[in-house]
Amino acid sequence: MTVAIIDYGSGNLRSAAKAFERAIAEAGLGLDVIVTGNAGDLDGATHIVLPGVGAFADCRRGLGALDGMEDVLTAQVIGAGKPFLGICVGMQLMGDIGREHVDTPGFGWVPGEVVALTPTDASLKIPHMGWNELNIEATSHPLFEGLGGGAHVYFVHSYGLVPTDPSQVLASVDYGGPVVAVAGRDNLVGTQFHPEKSQAVGLRLITNFLKWRP
Amino acid sequence: MLKIRIIPCLDVDAGRVVKGVNFVDLVDAGDPVEQARVYDQAGADELCFLDITASSDNRDTIYDVVNHTAEQCFMPLTVGGGVRKIEDIRKLLLAGADKVAINTAAVKNPDFVGEAAEKFGSQCIVVSVDAKSTGPDAYEIFTHGGREATGIEAIGWSQRMAELGAGEILLTSMDRDGTQKGFNIGLTRAVADALTVPVIASGGVGTLDHLVEGVTEGHASAVLAASIFHFGTYTIAEAKAYMKAAGAAVRDNPAGT
Repeated sequence: MTVAIIDYGSGNLRSAAKAFERAIAEAGLGLDVIVTGNAGDLDGATHIVLPGVGAFADCRRGLGALDGMEDVLTAQVIGAGKPFLGICVGMQLMGDIGREHVDTPGFGWVPGEVVALTPTDASLKIPHMGWNELNIEATSHPLFEGLGGGAHVYFVHSYGLVPTDPSQVLASVDYGGPVVAVAGRDNLVGTQFHPEKSQAVGLRLITNFLKWRP
Repeated sequence: MLKIRIIPCLDVDAGRVVKGVNFVDLVDAGDPVEQARVYDQAGADELCFLDITASSDNRDTIYDVVNHTAEQCFMPLTVGGGVRKIEDIRKLLLAGADKVAINTAAVKNPDFVGEAAEKFGSQCIVVSVDAKSTGPDAYEIFTHGGREATGIEAIGWSQRMAELGAGEILLTSMDRDGTQKGFNIGLTRAVADALTVPVIASGGVGTLDHLVEGVTEGHASAVLAASIFHFGTYTIAEAKAYMKAAGAAVRDNPAGT
C-alpha cells in the first residue's frame, strides 16, 4: 500500500510528503509514501497525488518531461481507477485547458477551463491568498467526512478551474463570487487549496482521501 | 469569505530564537521548532521566521530549523533574512518553507525578484519592504535590517516589486518597529491601496486595537506581530476574539469541525 506523490520539479514536495506521513501515522493507516518522478513507480501505488505550484504551462511542461509519466498516470488513474488527488495546479491540470499566459491543454478528466479569478469586488486582492471557509456541496462525499460548516483551508492562487458540469464542483468558497475549491468525479478529486498547509482540517482531508475506496 | 491572517514572527539567530515565547511549559524556550509548534497549536494563520544570523558560518542552521518545523507544523511558513541567491530560495523551499521574504537582494538587483518569481512562482516570493517616514506622506526604503538608506520611495517601489512578480509585500514601518505604538497607518494604507497583491502590515503592534487598525484603517490583508505574542501579553486566540468582536473576519475555529 503506497501513496505516490509525483515529483516533476514543481512545488514544495517535502511539505506534502510530511503531511501525508503525519496523516497516515495519526490514523494508523500503514501506508508508505514515496516521492517519485519515475513513471514505473505508479504501477505499484495504491493512491496517486499530483501537487503543483507556479504556472499551468510550466507544470504541464515539467510533467511532460518525465519519461512515460503522462501515459502511465492516465493508465493508472483513468484506466485502473486508482484514487487520485490533485493539489492546486495539480487540480487545475484535470481540466481541458489552462488560460494562464498561453493556452495549454490539460488532461481533460474534468471538463472545464482554468481561467483568471475575477472577483466582483475590485478591491479584493489577487492572488486569493489565505484561509477561506469551505462551502461543501457534495456533503456525502467521503472526502469531507467529519468536516462541518466553518472548515477553513489555505489558498494561494490567481487562476481557478471552472468545471462545465456543476455536479463536478464538490466544494466552493466565496471570494467576490463563488470560487471552486474542490472538483472531481468518480475516483478523481482535486483541491485548489493546500491540504498539506491547512493544519487539522487539511490532515483530515488527507486522511479521508487515503481511506476513500471509490 | 477570506479571513484576515494573524502572523507571529520569530527572530532566529544561529538556530536559536532571540526573543522567546514567554510560556512556562516550554522545555527549551530558545528552540524555534518548539515555539513554532506552540503557535501552530494556538491557531496562528501563518508563521514567519526571520533569520538574523550575521555570520555566514551559521547560516545553514536555518535550514535545519525549517526542516524540523515542516515535519511538525502543517501551516504556511515564510522565511526571511539573508536570501541572496536563487540557490538560497531553492534550499529553503526544499527544507519546507512555503514562502521566502527578500529585501536587500531585491534592492541590489530588482530583476532578482522577477527571476525568483519565474522560477518558483509568485506565490512563494514575498518582498520585504522596510520603510521610514521622511516627511508628510513620504517614505523611503531601507536595507540591512533598517541600517542603510537607499533613497528609494516606498510606495512606487512596492508597486514595482509586485509588477516584477512578488506575490505579497511584507511592509514594516521602521519608525514604529519595536515602539508598541501601533502600525504606521498612513504608510500601510498607501501601499495596500496602491497594490493588487496582499500586504502584510508589520512594525509597532502593542495592543489588540493596533491589529484591528491595521486592517480597518490600514487595509492590510494580514497583520504580523512579534513582541505581544512572544512575551505572552496576548495569545493568538485573544487576538482573534478581539478582532472578531471589532468586525474583522478571522479564522477562529482551527479544528474546523
